[in-house]
Amino acid sequence: MLKGMLEGRGHIWWAATLILMFLLPLILPRFYLYLLSIILLTGLLATSLNLVLGYGGIFQFHHAVFYGAGAYGTALILTKTGLSPWIAFIVGPLVSAALGLIMGWICIRLSKLYFAMLQISLGSLVWIIVYRWYSFTGGDDGIHGIPLPDILSSPNNAYYFTLIVTLICLFAMYKIVKSPFGSVLQGIRDNPVRCEMIGINVKLHQLLTLIIAGFFAGVAGSLFVVVDTTVFPDMLFWTLSLEICIMCLLGGWFTFLGPMLGAAIIIALRTFVSTFTVYWSLALGILMMLVIFFLPNGVLGYIEEKLKRVIIEPVIKE
Amino acid sequence: MLKAQSVFKSFDGFMAVNNANLEVEQGEIVAVIGPNGAGKTTLFNVITGILKPDSGKVFFKNEDITGLPPYTVCRKRISRSFQIVNVFQRLTIFENVQVSVLSREKKTWNLFTPSTKLAIKETNEILENVGLIGKKDRTTALLSHGDRKVLEIAMALGGNPEFLILDEPTAGMAPEETEHCIELIKQLREKMGLTILFCEHDMEIVFGIANRIMVMVRGATIIQGSCDEVRCNQAVQDAYLGGGDACLM
Repeated sequence: MLKGMLEGRGHIWWAATLILMFLLPLILPRFYLYLLSIILLTGLLATSLNLVLGYGGIFQFHHAVFYGAGAYGTALILTKTGLSPWIAFIVGPLVSAALGLIMGWICIRLSKLYFAMLQISLGSLVWIIVYRWYSFTGGDDGIHGIPLPDILSSPNNAYYFTLIVTLICLFAMYKIVKSPFGSVLQGIRDNPVRCEMIGINVKLHQLLTLIIAGFFAGVAGSLFVVVDTTVFPDMLFWTLSLEICIMCLLGGWFTFLGPMLGAAIIIALRTFVSTFTVYWSLALGILMMLVIFFLPNGVLGYIEEKLKRVIIEPVIKE
Repeated sequence: MLKAQSVFKSFDGFMAVNNANLEVEQGEIVAVIGPNGAGKTTLFNVITGILKPDSGKVFFKNEDITGLPPYTVCRKRISRSFQIVNVFQRLTIFENVQVSVLSREKKTWNLFTPSTKLAIKETNEILENVGLIGKKDRTTALLSHGDRKVLEIAMALGGNPEFLILDEPTAGMAPEETEHCIELIKQLREKMGLTILFCEHDMEIVFGIANRIMVMVRGATIIQGSCDEVRCNQAVQDAYLGGGDACLM
């Protein structure tokens, strides 16, 4: 789909979508704007996970840690130091990237499920530290009422900031996926042994991927601080990690924008279904089962396949 | 050019390679033969660094490469193809070879240049040489077994090797595919000047293209010599005819 939409007339659709996104604050009520911001930054988080999971084939099951670390990094600098708030937005993602380096360096020795188990344990360790360290992180209360620079304090501007940063990050990740590094990464996913035999240092490439993904997850965390002005330990809890994994699978983990779509579906479900029933996760469970049975490549994966049949096949026949 | 000296390798007490010796001179085609389970693939894995030997040494151009990781061995211009097809399933043929070329050109850390602009000429050249150029945009999952085996060789060529190791290059191929593959191996030596080490069960192929043959039985080297020497050797006769595994011509 991306390919089709990027070529020829596809540009028009992208431009239209973008203009619409920028005009939305003029018509949407405040609540929906907040919701949209949350979808954007969660989508960014899920896309960063997909860089590791879908493109890299590394089972990083506890990705939320980097999201939380970015958020806490930003929040702590904003509340506890007198530094410029913009430094806080840079430090947050860097904290996540550093955490990605440390955890990655320890976990990368193992592969597949063993990697996943060690990664979940280390991630939970970070969570418990944040959860218990009352004097520094605020413990289970989290940090509330984080002071933001004036320019970001209106909901409209917070939305614009989120939108622009998300777009920049998505563009950067798209470039990475299409670069030689991205090709190699997909090669490693498909066949690590073969990759070593054509001269690629597999572990080092995987480690860099974990750092990059950690960085972008940290950006998403910082954006959450802007949108919500709070941080809390649940942002590092493993249930959130599971949720973003589901977003990737639901949207389509072999497509670039699938995780973003997955994030939109899940957040919309949580928001709207939970007004009818507290068992909203039941709806999610049923949806997930249907997706696994009928759309194994996710929603966007399915749409892409259909589009390929409609658009590309007639071209080949000519 | 390549020399393996008394290599030993065991798995859980089973001696997979039990005193193997191998010598390959520049420009030669050397075949390793032996019954199933003789340790041929394990020996190749030791040479290319996928496995570390329990003892023994591997030299390449008089340099000790024993126990180096595969990606370092590959940088010394040793490439290999695998017995069990080992390609990148979700990528196209072109991308498969391109990754290999990019790796050799050390461009894999490049994060922001689109891959579609890099290593195009080299990749096309290799695909041209092995005869896969017409199918280059197909996903490998959709290829026939024979084409995938050829792709294996193409990927190995992406590393611009001087020394090429082929693990049963024609296994499972249809007769005409086999012919194409043999022709390809001969060309690689003649046109590109590669030194080739391969193992194979089909004796017609082995005696047809190899300059020298090394025979392995139960992990041990029985003999390495010219085709005639091997054919007349008593121990080889016993191993093959006695075991009833295959028949020497």
